[in-house]
Amino acid sequence: MTPLFSVRGLEKRYGARIGCTGIGFDLWPGEVMGIVGESGSGKSTLLSCLAGHLPPDRGEVIYDGRDVLAMSEPERRMLARTDWAFVHQNPRDGLRMAVSAGGNVGERLMAVGARHYGDIRETATDWLGRVEIASDRIDDRPSAFSGGMQQRLQIARNLVTGPRLVFMDEPTGGLDVSVQARLLDLLRGLVRRMGLSAIIVTHDLAVVRLLADRLMVMKGGECVETGLTDQVLDDPQHAYTQLLVSSVLQV
Amino acid sequence: MNVIELSNVSKTFTLHNQGAAVIPVMSDVTLSVAPGECVGLLGASGAGKSTLMRMIWGNYLAASGRITVAGTDVARAEPREILALRRERMAYVSQFLRVVPRVPTIEVVAEPLLLTGTPEDQARDRAAALLARLRIPERLWQLSPTTFSGGEQQRVNIARGFIRQVPVMLLDEPTASLDAANRETVLSLIGEAKARGTAIVGIFHDEAARDRVCDRMIDMARFAA
Repeated sequence: MTPLFSVRGLEKRYGARIGCTGIGFDLWPGEVMGIVGESGSGKSTLLSCLAGHLPPDRGEVIYDGRDVLAMSEPERRMLARTDWAFVHQNPRDGLRMAVSAGGNVGERLMAVGARHYGDIRETATDWLGRVEIASDRIDDRPSAFSGGMQQRLQIARNLVTGPRLVFMDEPTGGLDVSVQARLLDLLRGLVRRMGLSAIIVTHDLAVVRLLADRLMVMKGGECVETGLTDQVLDDPQHAYTQLLVSSVLQV
Repeated sequence: MNVIELSNVSKTFTLHNQGAAVIPVMSDVTLSVAPGECVGLLGASGAGKSTLMRMIWGNYLAASGRITVAGTDVARAEPREILALRRERMAYVSQFLRVVPRVPTIEVVAEPLLLTGTPEDQARDRAAALLARLRIPERLWQLSPTTFSGGEQQRVNIARGFIRQVPVMLLDEPTASLDAANRETVLSLIGEAKARGTAIVGIFHDEAARDRVCDRMIDMARFAA
């Protein structure tokens, strides 16, 4: 077996300021990695560089043996709508708000060549069911949905084409706690059944404990600690990770 | 051939945010457990019993030494290797149940089997059988265990731990808050696992239980740092 996604010496600067630097890791098929750190630690910059939304200044990003940074724009876009998916914190950034729920899911299918309307609608209905949206809402626009439903719709839109690697930026960020639990359970089930690899950026340690196999802890643009999720959370080695873990309020 | 092998293991905690205090917990731990053998850890609170179990499970890092569990060098393995070990060859019954809030009890118990690719109906049947054996009323199976009593949560944890047949089990006070009948069931489950060749490391404050299932006791005082 070989890694699905490899990153070496990745750096992004904003002028003199460091966005992220010296980042390297291998992600294996079916593995879920969490990136944690406080606001400004560089985790969102890193995710944008990994997903090809932001060009890094230095380093290497290899996906399935292909050099992502050397790809042409059309090649990279093709990758982004076939093998990859990106779940935004704000569902409005990942959905088309003026298009029906079914259209949001169907559009991704059409982008990879599906043309038969009946099949597209059937697949869309199936996916709405998988993310627990009632089939009678298929013709409603996402603007008529609650925040939790919008986020579930964004996940359906992203996963319908059967990606192998999913990037998630604070996927449970804007949701209230009861909705978060439901979404986490849903994501866990989907990741397991589809054998997805995923990179999840979050500041919520409870989220990574439940979803991630391993963690990368970032501070000041650098990775200060990596390891198995429960090892990093239960026996943190770096001063910053110890501070982060001990700062979580107990309920 | 031992399934669990620890040699010269030591553990210290360094608290960087509390004046970089270094707390030595244990040193020179050497321990081996054969298939079908149950080793009980003895020692006062703070002696490092749970810490030792967690190092075997892989969520605590050893400061030095070697920890080999069912063919995996836990002290050096990559995260995915430790996860494969936990998924396929090792189970841990901790004192606390940690679950996603709204997941029904039967699925919480069936999950370890699903992760190894067992078909859903088979996994559920097996979960149902164990929950029944541990006297969790059937009307609770579809509810999340987060609102259950302490004893019920512990039995859900035990069911989850015993649903697979694995070569290595870690048991942290598995009979602590159980009534006599359930305690008896858990002791039989442990006996059956041993008969199948499972190597067990456990903490048992219940002396009678200890005498029934443990082949050997290790006093953590031997490893005091």
